[in-house]
Amino acid sequence: MQRIRIRYAKRGRLRFTSHRDFARAFERALRRAGTPMAYSQGFTPHPKISYASAAPTGAASEAEYLEIGLQRAVDPASLREALDAALSPGLDVLEAVEARGSGGLAERIDAARWRVELPGVAPAALDAAVAAFLAASEVVVERLTKQGRRPVDARAAVVSIEVVHAGQVGAGGPGRSGAMDPHHAEPEVPSEVAAVPCAILDLVVRQVTPTVRPDDVLSGLRVVADLEPPVPPRATRLAQGTLTAQGQILDPLRADRDEAVIEER
Amino acid sequence: MPVVTVFPQLEPLLPQVTKPIQYVGGELGAVVKDWDAAAVRWVLMYPDAYEVGLPNQGVQILYEVLNEQPDVLAERTYAVWPDLERLMRSHGVPQFTVDAHRPVGAFDLFGVSFATELGYTNLLTALDLAGIPLCAADRDERHPVVVAGGHAAFNPEPIAEFVDAAVLGDGEEAVLEITSIVREWKAAGRPGGRDELLLRLARTESVYVPRFYDVDYLPDGRIQRVVPNRAGVPFRVRKRTTMDLDAWPYPRRPLVPLAETVHERYAVEIFRGCTRGCRFCQAGMITRPVRERSLTTIGQMVRDGIERSGFSEVGLLSLSSADHSEIGDICSGLAQQYEGSNVSLSLPSTRVDAFNITLAEELSRNGRRTGLTFAPEGGSERIRRVINKMVSEEDLIRTVVTAYSNGWRQVKLYFMCGLPTETDDDVVQIARLAHEVIRAGRAATGSRDIRCTVSIGGFVPKPHTPFQWAAMAPPDVIDRRLRLLKAAINADRQLGRAVGYRYHDGEPSLIEALLSRGDRRVAAVIRRVWADGGRFDGWSEHFSYERWAQACADAGVDLHWYTTRERDRAEVLPWDHLDSGLDKEWLWQDWQDALAEFEQDDCRWTPCFDCGVCPAMDTQIQIGPTGRKLLPLTPVAAAVPAAVPAASSREGA
Repeated sequence: MQRIRIRYAKRGRLRFTSHRDFARAFERALRRAGTPMAYSQGFTPHPKISYASAAPTGAASEAEYLEIGLQRAVDPASLREALDAALSPGLDVLEAVEARGSGGLAERIDAARWRVELPGVAPAALDAAVAAFLAASEVVVERLTKQGRRPVDARAAVVSIEVVHAGQVGAGGPGRSGAMDPHHAEPEVPSEVAAVPCAILDLVVRQVTPTVRPDDVLSGLRVVADLEPPVPPRATRLAQGTLTAQGQILDPLRADRDEAVIEER
Repeated sequence: MPVVTVFPQLEPLLPQVTKPIQYVGGELGAVVKDWDAAAVRWVLMYPDAYEVGLPNQGVQILYEVLNEQPDVLAERTYAVWPDLERLMRSHGVPQFTVDAHRPVGAFDLFGVSFATELGYTNLLTALDLAGIPLCAADRDERHPVVVAGGHAAFNPEPIAEFVDAAVLGDGEEAVLEITSIVREWKAAGRPGGRDELLLRLARTESVYVPRFYDVDYLPDGRIQRVVPNRAGVPFRVRKRTTMDLDAWPYPRRPLVPLAETVHERYAVEIFRGCTRGCRFCQAGMITRPVRERSLTTIGQMVRDGIERSGFSEVGLLSLSSADHSEIGDICSGLAQQYEGSNVSLSLPSTRVDAFNITLAEELSRNGRRTGLTFAPEGGSERIRRVINKMVSEEDLIRTVVTAYSNGWRQVKLYFMCGLPTETDDDVVQIARLAHEVIRAGRAATGSRDIRCTVSIGGFVPKPHTPFQWAAMAPPDVIDRRLRLLKAAINADRQLGRAVGYRYHDGEPSLIEALLSRGDRRVAAVIRRVWADGGRFDGWSEHFSYERWAQACADAGVDLHWYTTRERDRAEVLPWDHLDSGLDKEWLWQDWQDALAEFEQDDCRWTPCFDCGVCPAMDTQIQIGPTGRKLLPLTPVAAAVPAAVPAASSREGA
């Protein structure tokens, strides 16, 4: 069985796709593209697909990951192309790499970097709120779950939180541009907000249980500084991967790619 | 005035509502065309939530048929849930299409498909959010022409005030004909305005324009007559019939949603129409004659549909799918083609006989034997003669036992309560039947692990059926009979524990009955209910009987006069000027036969019994067999290369 790891994006209006919606659409895309899926054994066989932590409904993402198992080997590049064509524009398959390195995909993901755009919020107000947030040792926010309201500490999981000022957009903030693998230069991420005065947050959050989402951090800014964005902010996940001691996020597919290069030699 | 997308205004509202994905479009198969390049623009609505409306075959077919015309643009809109409706009102966002998020009010034509009358209030919400006056009389050239279709359009009188036109019957050719008329009228500079356009539509004799008909009433409230008030408008408006379904193999490019919907499958209509003659069944009466799609076209549609959609389930739809003249070959052919491919086939709406089990066995080659459903509809042989559901008790037991013996563990049986001439005993007999099924099933299989679920719906008399004259049973009678039935099922604990029981309260049916057989005076009730907040009446959590009853009282409409009153032969019915092809004399005779417990055969296998449809509509039965066979495919999984450029499976967007 060949295993292929895939990075995909959820963009534009299709960021409202929930994880379940995506999973259904992806299975159909696999069938349309004629992918030779491997199936689980048993009475109701399921195609072998495993997902790494999925971005919440309504959040855009440039860095979602999954892994599929195939009955026979295919060329990852053509598979990527076929799957991307079979999915609606806005659900875009960005990379496909054969799984080679040791360790599962989930073990290589322990943090995510987010860009949060807050249209109608003045950067100065955001600066103040971020300062208050950073100064607190704990910021408890309430989250609505199926079990009812539940307190979550939005502070502890936050590795870094910075306001991006003009000229820095896309650079990912000082000291961070080297975080990504050179094979995998950061794409020009289209802004989710067009031509409105807009403050931007750059956020690195550690993966913990329960997951702390950008929404929780925004609730935290409300708790510490009464920050009330006039319209719903938009979050885009820019990267997921292994958090280094320097606060960088390592591309989770790098190990697979490196192994491939070694084999080619 | 340029028409622009409202998405920028809608988008900030979406994080605040449930399941926002249903409002963003982006389905596979969706088409977005250039607004300015289109000569005629349609918006099509299914007046229920997206999850119910998207899979609707009628809308999908018309959407595709219209968009195939180079100068025609068609988009879709669905009912928005109250959470979004509130936000749209407070932010001034109009009713929008999901394709390009264009405002519904900007289109030329607004087609709305009513499978059920309970969508009427949702039409009013959409009109109001679109900024279209609720009353057709208040609209002018700036507003779309609102056209109703679907089965409920066979009596559009309760919504006559709200729609500009209604089309009865099959829509494929009707929408194209309406499109041509609108195209010509627009190109000529809209001569005579809206009135002239509606007149041109009415003169086709197959588009009903309510404003061109006056209704007079007798002092006792019954209708005296319905007559045209304009020259050239026909006395009776005819239904449309699409002949030769092989020439209309739609949907070719099924819409595949991102959101979860009620039917996640590729559906092929294997035939249209039914002449089984069940007297309660409006669909069977108004869709005559039977027109089969050929085995080869079905095979091709399934193949393309699966390939383009990526669905793993195929539904072979019709009013009674086992009645297709080549159903055996269709099922075995498809089962063979898709064996081992993870594509499952289903055959809903089947009749009660052992042949069905054979079909079901073919179709379940790939999967599990989860459940089988049969619809005897009536509990006693007597009541089954009344409704012309010709199933003997012996047949039923034999069929169900065969199912159990072949590995099915769960069988569902559908019945109706409140049928004409029904007594308590007719309903209590359902319990005896269910017990008998379990007893025989246990004896045949030697297993106690078998179940049967009895599901009961309230009968609603419908226009254009032999029961259109019948009194509906009052809700308290239905509720009492259902209690008796429940007690009878549980009277034998040994057998009763294997019988599941599901039923519906009588009250929603009473409102459905009001809307089904109502006349123009019922519009005032619909308007009041809507103004009082009535939405999504087909959903039990939104439906309020009290709201409807109060609106009837306030509007001076006697709910019982419209529902539980039997009509006599001479009464002018509100839909008499709408021609389904059925001869009213034949319907009356069939009603008399029902009361005499006399059965009617099926004209596919016995001589014509003169229901009137074929001569009136110039149509004929189209059935096989063609004698052809489905060729074995190379196994599907291996036929497609690992990574094909799938650009062909993706449209517009």
